[in-house]
Amino acid sequence: MSPPTAVSSGAYGTFEASDPGVLIPLMQATQEEFGYLPRPEVARIADYLGLSEARVYGVATFYNQFRLEPLGKNYIQICSGTACHVKGAAEIFSVLRAELGLDDASTTKDGLFTIDSVACLGACSMAPLVNVNGEFHGHMTAQKALKLVRDIRAKERKGA
Amino acid sequence: MGEGTTMHITIDGNRYEVGGETTVLEVALAHGIPIPTLCHDPYLSNSGACRICLVELEESGQLVTSCNEAVTDGLVVRTDTERVIAARRDMLDLMLSDHYLDCITCEATGACELQDLAYQYDMEDSTFGSPKERRHEKMAANPFIEFDRDKCILCGKCIRVDREVQCSFAIDFAERGFGTTVTASLGEDLGGEHSTCVFCGQCVDACPTAALTFKPSIRRGRDYQLRPVTTVCPYCGVGCQLTLKLDDSTRSVVRVAGARRENSPNPAGQTCVKGRFAHEFISHPDRLTVPLIREGSGFREATWDEALDHVAGKLTEVVAEHGADSVGGLSSARCTNEENYLMQKFMRAVIGTNNVDHCARLCHASTVAGLGSAFGSGAMTNSLDDLAEADAIFVIGSNPTENHPVIGSMIKAAQAAGSKLVVADPRWIELSEIADVAVQQRPGSDVALINGMIHVILRDGLEDQEFLRERTENFDAIRDIVADYTPQRVAEITGISAEDIEAAAHIYGGADRASMYFAMGITQHHTGTDNVLALANLAMLTGNVGRPGTGVNPLRGQNNVQGACDMGALPNVYPGYQPVTDEAARSKFSEAWGTPLPGEPGLTIVEMLKAAGSDIRALYIMGENPFLSDPDQNHVVKALESLDFLVVQDIFLTETAEFADVIFPAASFAEKDGTFTNTERRVQRVQFALPAPGEAKGDGEILSLLARRMGHEIGGYAFEDVLEEVRSLTPSYAGIAPERLHLGLQWPCPSLDHPGTKILHTEGFARGRGRFHPTVHMPAAEAPDEEYDFVLMTGRMLYHYHTGTMTRRSTAINEREPRAYVEINQEDARRLGVTDEGRVEVASRRGTVTTWARVGLTVPPGHLFMPFHYAESPANRLTDTVLDPVAKIPELKVSAVKIRAVQD
Repeated sequence: MSPPTAVSSGAYGTFEASDPGVLIPLMQATQEEFGYLPRPEVARIADYLGLSEARVYGVATFYNQFRLEPLGKNYIQICSGTACHVKGAAEIFSVLRAELGLDDASTTKDGLFTIDSVACLGACSMAPLVNVNGEFHGHMTAQKALKLVRDIRAKERKGA
Repeated sequence: MGEGTTMHITIDGNRYEVGGETTVLEVALAHGIPIPTLCHDPYLSNSGACRICLVELEESGQLVTSCNEAVTDGLVVRTDTERVIAARRDMLDLMLSDHYLDCITCEATGACELQDLAYQYDMEDSTFGSPKERRHEKMAANPFIEFDRDKCILCGKCIRVDREVQCSFAIDFAERGFGTTVTASLGEDLGGEHSTCVFCGQCVDACPTAALTFKPSIRRGRDYQLRPVTTVCPYCGVGCQLTLKLDDSTRSVVRVAGARRENSPNPAGQTCVKGRFAHEFISHPDRLTVPLIREGSGFREATWDEALDHVAGKLTEVVAEHGADSVGGLSSARCTNEENYLMQKFMRAVIGTNNVDHCARLCHASTVAGLGSAFGSGAMTNSLDDLAEADAIFVIGSNPTENHPVIGSMIKAAQAAGSKLVVADPRWIELSEIADVAVQQRPGSDVALINGMIHVILRDGLEDQEFLRERTENFDAIRDIVADYTPQRVAEITGISAEDIEAAAHIYGGADRASMYFAMGITQHHTGTDNVLALANLAMLTGNVGRPGTGVNPLRGQNNVQGACDMGALPNVYPGYQPVTDEAARSKFSEAWGTPLPGEPGLTIVEMLKAAGSDIRALYIMGENPFLSDPDQNHVVKALESLDFLVVQDIFLTETAEFADVIFPAASFAEKDGTFTNTERRVQRVQFALPAPGEAKGDGEILSLLARRMGHEIGGYAFEDVLEEVRSLTPSYAGIAPERLHLGLQWPCPSLDHPGTKILHTEGFARGRGRFHPTVHMPAAEAPDEEYDFVLMTGRMLYHYHTGTMTRRSTAINEREPRAYVEINQEDARRLGVTDEGRVEVASRRGTVTTWARVGLTVPPGHLFMPFHYAESPANRLTDTVLDPVAKIPELKVSAVKIRAVQD
């Protein structure tokens, strides 16, 4: 039971409380709403489903689809599938990280960029491949990738 | 395959007969066939994570993990083929490839299961190369447990013991693949904001390597350098068996392991944070090491001869001048049975008075009185090992996850396994969170709540008529009274909704087996005895007495409070609850002790303090600290000051000892042999582990020396001799002989061939028939008014114990919980401008205390809660001495107070 003054769980709509089976759909819905899983929401989901926070955190970190930090404004995925890897994806990835000053983190401090190395995006004929905000850019080189990033940054500056 | 089916299994060419469901590993281990394991634990579910227990199935040629391979009839298994050995080596190879091999400085060296296997299979290093450098920082932001991810083999035992035994659900696996790790919520430290860890340390016991280590014992000795002694925990009444790991060169406990013993309250080796981490007091420099005699405003050191002569002379003088009844003795629930026996014998046979009592007066006197009248015995009716058999558990006025943590975990495990749980407590406690019904009755409205449940049970026909007819009497006396306690009326008195009252009654009354657990929330009221009687009525009405998974179960607060009562450290009874007013009992003891004995019951604790300076001239206090534990501190101070003579016998110079004329330095639980009786009536052996510091002596020896100087021999140098004397005079202990103590016998145990009694009242009640007693709601003695507008409750919290003399001397515990506090509801806090962790002043008609606020939802608006452990903010400066008329227990749970924010 919850203490009489606990926050109402009405927002969770159709998800059955105390059914641990809806954990993943509920996390997906939460990520849909916030763009990521904010930490207080992890606690709230655990409470709602009667699971431990440690368990919810474990599931959230097990699957690649969930993130516990907000995405940057621009989301760049560098494909590191076999074809892209052979054609130099690793260099593209490290050049971009250096350009954006990223060390361990995947999101820049100003929140403008998030970059991820991901498994095969399914367009091997265009290897090496970079996906920027859902748009594929094929036959990339480190130089071309740098230009992509610099163009976005310039546009953001102008916009700001 | 069900129970009783006989199967055969062949292991390494030998045929074994197996009855019922089991695994290949269990059969092999039972027959001494060695199979290595790293993730297996007989008390936990099988996970098969470590793969080291691989064996080969002859028919299929498969390699399977023996820990979760069920035995089928005709199975043929080999544990020693080359393939098996090679596969195990591969597993080890993989583990070592991910294991930081710093064995030369590692805490676990010598007690590391991975190291032992590497030795056995002769693997110096991984063929893949073991990491030569650290890859992860150790995590240890908390004072108790350090996590070293570089040593973790992901066996998952820590997670399973947390989930299945402790039930704190604090840790789990996170991440995936090579990145997999064990973590608390949100990747925080175990002490982090979101962590539910309560530092019981069972995960550390379970860890096969040094991934989890007890932080306070780091660099203080490896396992093989320490001497293990298994004894009984000195804290609460659960009476867990612990193994102290001792360093003789520093006379200290380096760390504590949970002991796994059959016939113990904690067979899986359960412990809580106090039993695990609060033993620094034993070797603390503040320990008293020589007798002290008052000189002016201070004390001077004295020899035992001088101090004993002085006390013997003074006591003799007071008795001669004012009579034997002018002397009072406070015995101790912290001391052994034998010492309590000697204390009451000393008071009765040497001094000649029945003025002997102890702090059970302040905790379960009302239980002893109430259950004594209703059932004929005041003790917990059932055993902890049948707790899990209850279909419904009713917890009222007890906060077991903090005060009896191992029982709290057992209740949580039972709930997780399907038992219904009803929790009634004015505070929103941890168990409220998982309860099927959780209610917050107003303090002092318990009789109304229980009568309301009885009303609903009768109205809806849930009573056990056969039990009522065959086993009880006087039921008619309550029928008319409870008729008035309709849910609507009870809702008005208790503040609980009528629906919740009905739901609680239906769960308890509707269960085949329902048990109830209660503690100070029931007993520490001026209606304490009535509260207990009402609970007994409820249990009898539904036939929930005398069977497994049922019962009326008072949780005793201190390690040996049950034993101190059993030993007759009470003003009205001899050992075994034989009344001092009973002619036959008196002549039995008089004959055994060789001296005439007084026949009038003596004074209780609170009465002795009230009579101090008038009828009571001298007080002998053994191992108690009434300055902090007794109600109305200012009154206690006046009482102690007005005595002609005060003797205190303790391990520390307590706040009470400051008032003494003579202080005797005593031995702690680790420095003596004897027995403690736990809350389930189990008599357990306390083992001598370390010599007492300086000239300190065992409490029994001190009493014995003193008696001799006053011309009496009371025994007391060997606990076995005293226990034999107890046995000869106490029918319920007659079968509990020193050589049978390993059996963990539960009284009554009337003869040497008796197996002890797990459940009381199975056939008839101790008094014959169970007796119903009518109880009516009476409001608390001190209601809030315009000036004192809050209700204050007092109690204990997880990390500290009683008056804090022991736990507050633990560095780790004090780092975690250094400060006194008062809980206040966030609504009240907002209205009064009180901030979380802000300074506040709490005042009652009797005194004022300054402390820190904890703002939240634990207490409802209009209520406050203060733990009484803190000398600098003593909750008992505020409490009232109004007494239950029968049990003479003070109403510590309800005082009218006011609170305001103050500047630091």
